[in-house]
Amino acid sequence: MTADGGPELVQLLTPEGERVHHPDYDVELTPDQLRGLYRDLVLVRRVDAEATALQRQGELGLWAQCVGQEAAQVGSGRALAPGDFAFPTYREHGVAWSRGVQPLQLLGLFRGVTNGGWDPHEHNMALYTIVIGDQTLHAVGYAMGMQRDGDDSAVICYFGDGASSQGDVNEAFVFSAVYNAPVVFFCQNNQWAISEPLERQTRIPLYRRADGFGFPGVRVDGNDVLAVLAVTQAALAAAREGQGPTLIEAFTYRMGAHTTSDDPTRYRVAADLEAWKLKDPIERLKVYLARNGWAGHEWFAEIEAEAEALAVDLRRGCREMPEPEKTSMFDHVYAEPHALVDEERAQFEAYHASFVGGGH
Amino acid sequence: MAVTTMAKAINAGLRKALENDPKVLLMGEDIGKLGGVFRVTDGLQKDFGEARVIDSPLAESGIVGTAVGLAMRGFRPVVEIQFDGFVFPAFDQIVTQVAKHNARSAGRTPMPITIRIPYGGGIGAVEHHSESPEAYFAHTAGLRVISPSNPADAFAMVQQAIACDDPVVFFEPKRRYWDKADVDESLDLATAPSPFRARVVRPGTSVTVVCYGPMVRTCLEAASAAAAEGIELEVVDLRSMSPLDVDTVAASVRRTGRLVVVHEAPVFLGVGAELAARITETCFYSLEAPVLRVGGYHTPYPPARLEEDYLPDLDRVLDAVDRSLAF
Ligand SMILES: Cc1ncc(C[n+]2csc(CCOP(=O)(O)OP(=O)(O)O)c2C)c(N)n1
Repeated sequence: MTADGGPELVQLLTPEGERVHHPDYDVELTPDQLRGLYRDLVLVRRVDAEATALQRQGELGLWAQCVGQEAAQVGSGRALAPGDFAFPTYREHGVAWSRGVQPLQLLGLFRGVTNGGWDPHEHNMALYTIVIGDQTLHAVGYAMGMQRDGDDSAVICYFGDGASSQGDVNEAFVFSAVYNAPVVFFCQNNQWAISEPLERQTRIPLYRRADGFGFPGVRVDGNDVLAVLAVTQAALAAAREGQGPTLIEAFTYRMGAHTTSDDPTRYRVAADLEAWKLKDPIERLKVYLARNGWAGHEWFAEIEAEAEALAVDLRRGCREMPEPEKTSMFDHVYAEPHALVDEERAQFEAYHASFVGGGH
Repeated sequence: MAVTTMAKAINAGLRKALENDPKVLLMGEDIGKLGGVFRVTDGLQKDFGEARVIDSPLAESGIVGTAVGLAMRGFRPVVEIQFDGFVFPAFDQIVTQVAKHNARSAGRTPMPITIRIPYGGGIGAVEHHSESPEAYFAHTAGLRVISPSNPADAFAMVQQAIACDDPVVFFEPKRRYWDKADVDESLDLATAPSPFRARVVRPGTSVTVVCYGPMVRTCLEAASAAAAEGIELEVVDLRSMSPLDVDTVAASVRRTGRLVVVHEAPVFLGVGAELAARITETCFYSLEAPVLRVGGYHTPYPPARLEEDYLPDLDRVLDAVDRSLAF
C-alpha cells in the first residue's frame, strides 16, 4: 500500500523540486527561510545517521531512525509557535531539533543513562513516549488545560500509523472532539509498524478516520517540507481560533529499519525503498533552491561542513556522557519522602560499601 | 533429544500445539512474517497460514479482548504481548474479563487463553522493555501465572498452558531465550510433570533458595559458588506463581531450616512476600532464620546502564545466604 498518496495529497513541492500550488494551503517563504529549512533537514539527517553509527559501535543500546521522515518532522516542528507544546513518540528527532532539544539529550535515553533526557517545560516538548499511543491522551489533556487557562496556544501530538489502532489514540480523538480541544494530531504514516504494513491497521486512509470523530482530517505529502509546514500552520491556527482538533496524516516512508534491532529484509521488498528514495525530502528542496539561484555549491558545502562538525560533537559528547550515579535510581521515585525508598537506598548503600575497596 | 535454545523450544511447543489442535491459534504484533521480535514464532505463519497465525493490529486491549470472544467460540488463542511493559493496555481485559469469565458463567465460558509475555531485564533495553509485572497477575483470581526457566520446561510448559482450560499468563524470561539445553520433543504431555508444581533443581542441605524464570540460572550459579565454600544450597524452581506450590517449598525448608526467595520483580508486595508469609505460617518451628528476600527495588526499572545494580546477581544471592546462615 505504498502508493502515491492519492489525489487528496496536499503537495507544494513535487519530488522533482517543482513548486506547485494548492487551493487551500500555501506558504510564502523567503529564500532565507527556505535555506533554514534545508539546513534543518540536513542536520537532522546527520544526527540520525551519526546516532545509528554510534549504536553500531556499541555506544547506544538502540536507536530509532527518522531517515526519510525529516520533512514531516521539521515542517511540523517549524510550524509551532514558541508557546505551543509538542507530545512526541520516540522517533521525533526532527521535532526535538526544532524545539531546541539538543541531539545529545536525545541520545541519553538510547544509551541507557536516563529514562528522560530534558526538561519538558524548558522546550515545550514532552519526553519521548515508548508505549504506543499513550501520549495522545496527555496531549489532549494539556490542550484542555490551555483552554481553561485562556492560553491561545495549541498542542501538537505525534504518533504512527500503527498507533492509530490503539484504544488510547481513539479515546484521544473522542475527548478532543467533545471538548473542542486545541490539539493537532500529527500521524506520520511511514507505512510500517515494525513488520506490519498499513493494511494491518486500517481499511481506509488514516486521515479519513477524523470524519467519524467529527473533526477535519487532511493528508499531506510528508516528504514535502513546505506542504507539511503549510498544513500544520493552518491546523494550529484553527485550533487557536477555537475550532478544535485536526488530524494530519503525513504520508511518508520509513527509509530505515524500525530500530537498529530490526531487520526489514524479512518483511519488505527493496523496490519500495527505491521508489521512495526518488521522493527524498532533502533532494527536492535542494533542487528547488538551486534552480532558483537561492543557494549554490558553496552554500551547500557549508551546510555539509556544519553537519560534519555536528556529528563530531555528537560522537564526542556521546562517549563522554557521564555514567549515572548508582544510587540515582532511588532519586525522584516520589516527589515527597517515602520511607520504603529511603530504606532500600540505605540497604543498597550499605551493601555496596561492604565490598572491600568499594570496587563493586 | 536435541540441544536447542529456549526461544526455539517455545517455537517447537507452539508448533506442536498448532498441529495437534485445529482450534489453537496465535495472535500478536509482528508474529507472522517477522516471526516476532524475538523470532519465537518464526516460520509458523508460513506453515499454518494467516488464519491461524495472525498478525494483529497494534492494540493490546484488542488482542486480548478479541481472544475472549474467540475462546467463547471454542478456540484456544495464544496471544503474544511483545514486551512486558506493553501488557498494560490489555490489563483491563485480562484482569476484569479473562480472569473472571469462568466464575461469572459458573463454568460455562472458560477462557483457555495463553498470554505469552517476554519479561525481565538484562538485555540493555530502553524503558518499558525490562519489567517483571507477574505479581499484578498472580494477585488476580482466575489467572494462572507460570514461567519456565530452561528450554525443556519451556517446550513442555507452553503446550501445557495451551492445553489448560484456564487462562495462563506465560512469562518468558527474555534474557534466557538464547540459553541452550537438551529438549526431548517426543515428550508425552500426559506424563510430564505439572507446570503448576515447583521442582527442586539442585538438592542441598544448608539453605533453600526459591526462584523462578530468569533467576534460576543465577541461583544455580550461586549454588555452585557456595558449594566451593562448603555451603550446600537447595535450589527450588517455583515454575508457577499461581497456583503457588507451597508444599514443595515447605518440604525443602523443613530439611534446610532456611529460606531465601529470589526474583527480579520488586520485593515489596511480591511473590516473595507471599512465600515468606506462607512459610512462616506452615514451617515456623523448622525455621532457623527469618525468610529473606532478594529482588528489585521500589523504583521504576532503571536505565540500562544501572540494571546490573538493580538486578539480583550471584553476589546478592550469596549475601542473603550468608545473612540467613548468620542467624
Ligand atoms: C503498547 C505498545 N505495544 C507494542 C510496542 C512495541 N512497538 C514499538 S514501536 C511499534 C510499532 C509502531 O508503529 P507506528 O505506530 O506505525 O510508529 P513507527 O514506529 O512506525 O514510527 C511496536 C509494535 C510498544 N512500544 N507499545
